[in-house]
Amino acid sequence: MDIFLQQIINGVVLGSIYALVALGYTMVYGILGLINFAHGEVVMVGALVAYTVMTALLPTGLPPVLLALLALLVAAPVCMALAWIIERYAYRPLRHAPKLAPLISAIGVSILLQNLAMMIWGRSYHAFPDILPPLHYDIGGAQITLLQVVTILLAAGTMAALAWLIQRTAMGQAMRATAENPAIAALMGVPVNRIITLTFVIGAALAALAGLMVGANYSVAHYYMGFMLGLKAFTAAVLGGIGNITGAMLGGLLLGLIESLGGGYIEDLTGGFLGSNYQDIFAFLVLISVLVFRPGGLMGERVSERA
Amino acid sequence: MTAHTLLRVSQVGKAFGGVQALKDVSMTLNRGEIYGLIGPNGAGKTTLFNCLTGLYVPDSGEFVFDDQPLISSAPDKTVRQGVARTFQNIRLFANMTALENVMVGRHARLRSNIISDILRTPFNRREEQTTEDQALQLMRYVGIAHRAHDLAKHLSYGDQRRLEIARALATQPKLLCLDEPAAGMNANETDGLRQLIEMIRLDGISVLLIEHDVQLVMGLCDRIAVLDYGELICEDIPSVVQKHPRVIEAYLGSGAHA
Repeated sequence: MDIFLQQIINGVVLGSIYALVALGYTMVYGILGLINFAHGEVVMVGALVAYTVMTALLPTGLPPVLLALLALLVAAPVCMALAWIIERYAYRPLRHAPKLAPLISAIGVSILLQNLAMMIWGRSYHAFPDILPPLHYDIGGAQITLLQVVTILLAAGTMAALAWLIQRTAMGQAMRATAENPAIAALMGVPVNRIITLTFVIGAALAALAGLMVGANYSVAHYYMGFMLGLKAFTAAVLGGIGNITGAMLGGLLLGLIESLGGGYIEDLTGGFLGSNYQDIFAFLVLISVLVFRPGGLMGERVSERA
Repeated sequence: MTAHTLLRVSQVGKAFGGVQALKDVSMTLNRGEIYGLIGPNGAGKTTLFNCLTGLYVPDSGEFVFDDQPLISSAPDKTVRQGVARTFQNIRLFANMTALENVMVGRHARLRSNIISDILRTPFNRREEQTTEDQALQLMRYVGIAHRAHDLAKHLSYGDQRRLEIARALATQPKLLCLDEPAAGMNANETDGLRQLIEMIRLDGISVLLIEHDVQLVMGLCDRIAVLDYGELICEDIPSVVQKHPRVIEAYLGSGAHA
């Protein structure tokens, strides 16, 4: 088995998920200059709601793919409603407060959601049911499962749709205008508050999909999963240049690859001193390096002024 | 309020800390009029614009526009009521194309929403196409159609001013407020601007003009209001305003007619 190619495949899968979550961070940052630290928790809620729906419907004997679809149809609106509430009650009252206030509010929301999730779903790890038959294909000595193929294609399709929405529709135009200057956008008749809400809600829909993908690919969901995932996706957004949509996609993919390859080779690199369970350090090495050497990220411009 | 009154400003006041930027300012602007607003720097002209367009909430007084009170502090509603503006320091969406800037201006009049955007309903497609056509037409109108697909930040200064006017016109205003549109323009460009403003008026849009270029204001405006230290000191036709002692005093200092 070709380890290098295998790690590339795993990295692309992981990276697709990071990219979906990173988009949520970057869109909100682009418009409000706010780092929505509660976004990881929205992914977690998406995963757990999907888990609940699927396990509840399992006895009906419906095909698992249909279950996953139904799970998404429930999880996405739940996450979108949640994001709407968060924006309306945790961030909007602080819109004109100093930057630190909404940031602290975001961390508060994050802790609140974790604890609520713990009360609802308990502290245990929930085994995610299989969505797709365990088929796999061989390519060049590595294996790619059907689930991985679907994950990558679905993420790519979703991101293409998002790019289209932002570049080609009136709504996307309004979003870009608001990101550049909310006051002027309002003067042109753009309903700025609605656009901001919409940004949160779209981000949450992507988060729900990402939550389902995490659950399906790593077979597990629990109340604390959003924390690390959120941090990684945030790292991906920073790597790509926070506020930049293409940057978030690229950053997510790159971070997935770096982590996967890093995790795969860390034992060889350190002469067996560190095992692959240390793969998390790569994300944070990346975060620190970007912040030190290229704070604007790969595609961003002067972030330091706004942050 | 008579039938030909478009905007009535009634005793509008606005203070910033201890500074009274506007003191009981009242004026009326008629339909089809080019109305000048002049005054020394810091007289409160832009503050009045900001109150009028919903960027500031006035402390007192009200604006009645087209027989409806203007809703303060809601710029997106004010623009729907028919008031559009440009800025003293150009504020375009720098990283969007010139055409897109104008299309954003059409937003006030769009009826599509996110659902129809995603579903690509025939109505939505038609509306999008119309939006683009109208935006292009407006760019032709102000004379910069050849720059439609360039990023706004890459346009020349004079073209950016024209683009801002096109964007404001895209909101289909009844009143166009121009904040120092000739600032930084050479004589040639200023002349082009004068023709553009006259054309806009002929198309039935009233114009409220803040301008320092005295020649332009006197030649173009039907009536002129003069602000000094937040107070309206005179509102009349140009030839009267020019000779008004308080205006001369405000501009030249009290020693001027000694």
